[in-house]
Amino acid sequence: MTREAATIDRMPEDALLRKAWEAAAAVPDPEIPVVTVADLGILREVRLEGGVAIARVSPTYSGCPATQLIEAAIAAALEKAGFEARIERVLSPPWTTDWITEEGREKLRAFGIAPPENAAGKRALFGQDRVACPRCGSDDTERVSEFGSTPCKAHYRCRACGEPFDHFKCI
Amino acid sequence: MVFAKPPADREEAQRLALLELADDHLVLSQRLGEWCGHAPTLEEDLALTNLALDLLGTARTLYATVAEREGRGRSEDDLAMLRVEREYRNLLLVERPNGDFAHTIARQLFFAAFMRPFWERALGSGDEVVRGVAGKALKEMRYHVRHAGEWTVRLGDGTEESHRRMQAAIEALRPYLDELFVSSEAAKVAEEEGILPVRAEIRPEWEETVAEVFDKAGLTMPEWPHPRLGGREGLHGEELGHLLAELQYLQRAYPGAQW
Repeated sequence: MTREAATIDRMPEDALLRKAWEAAAAVPDPEIPVVTVADLGILREVRLEGGVAIARVSPTYSGCPATQLIEAAIAAALEKAGFEARIERVLSPPWTTDWITEEGREKLRAFGIAPPENAAGKRALFGQDRVACPRCGSDDTERVSEFGSTPCKAHYRCRACGEPFDHFKCI
Repeated sequence: MVFAKPPADREEAQRLALLELADDHLVLSQRLGEWCGHAPTLEEDLALTNLALDLLGTARTLYATVAEREGRGRSEDDLAMLRVEREYRNLLLVERPNGDFAHTIARQLFFAAFMRPFWERALGSGDEVVRGVAGKALKEMRYHVRHAGEWTVRLGDGTEESHRRMQAAIEALRPYLDELFVSSEAAKVAEEEGILPVRAEIRPEWEETVAEVFDKAGLTMPEWPHPRLGGREGLHGEELGHLLAELQYLQRAYPGAQW
């Protein structure tokens, strides 16, 4: 910690900022550890004020139990990188699955979770999205439940290859 | 005797209007949580507790905001865990017991069909926190409505028994529906200030949503000339006391206990 801090003192501002961003961005999502908070688009900004690294973080769902854990993990990562850390929770504009990066989507698919394709219809009372199976790519899938193992996932089954899989809900 | 006092001034009224909303969400969240381990299928067990989490998240942000703005050193936990039932300002609808699965689904449809247009309008609120909460909650309410709507159709248009139960649930909850569209003195102030949408104006859209589902489900909405009111003034059914006894047990038995 003290050695890190000493290095940081001699770094130029933009290099410091990059270091802070990289430390925070590398934090994995606690429930889907193949993707990072940057992949998910919930890490909105890291800025430096004086010696303090401030990370702005958006929760995914209102009641996501991982929200506090994620904030604590980002603060810990920043401190480990030698910064004094502060977390700001950003509610507005609300997080949307459209903010998941291309890389994040690819990682989700490789992990067996069908990534979100397009945000949910505004007024649709009935019906469901077409979701491609992350294993075999078939469109012949059915929704088992709109609610899966975490608040952000729905539960699907592929009729072609028989695999059950999670679908990252589009919001 | 402790009870839900009317607001002393306009500032307090605006806080109390948020507290009313927070109480609606916490109480309904707790009701849905009671299904954990008891729902008809595993998928539904997950669904109901997922919905409960959404509601709890909304309640937490609102409680934290009220606690911060009142500046009396109380926290979101104090507001949730240390008030008695007469201080709770939730709608009577949300405290109604789970009953059978049809009752839970009907209650869910009625609440979500109201909150979806409510949050949609609240996107233009003059209060930054309300705008933020609305942005998240609106997306969630869209699938709450879909979930409850699909089940209502499945049960209403299902077997003779499921239809009978769904219709019975609607009739049992009917007296509590008008309260959705009534603004308390506190809410009226928040509405005048452009903080919250006017509740009465949401009725046409709510009726349209419910009618669309009922048409598909073959269900009917009975007339009810005697609306049950009083939740906003802290006048609840005894069921709320039982709910709070369970919700608040730990803080009552071990005051100040933390994780």
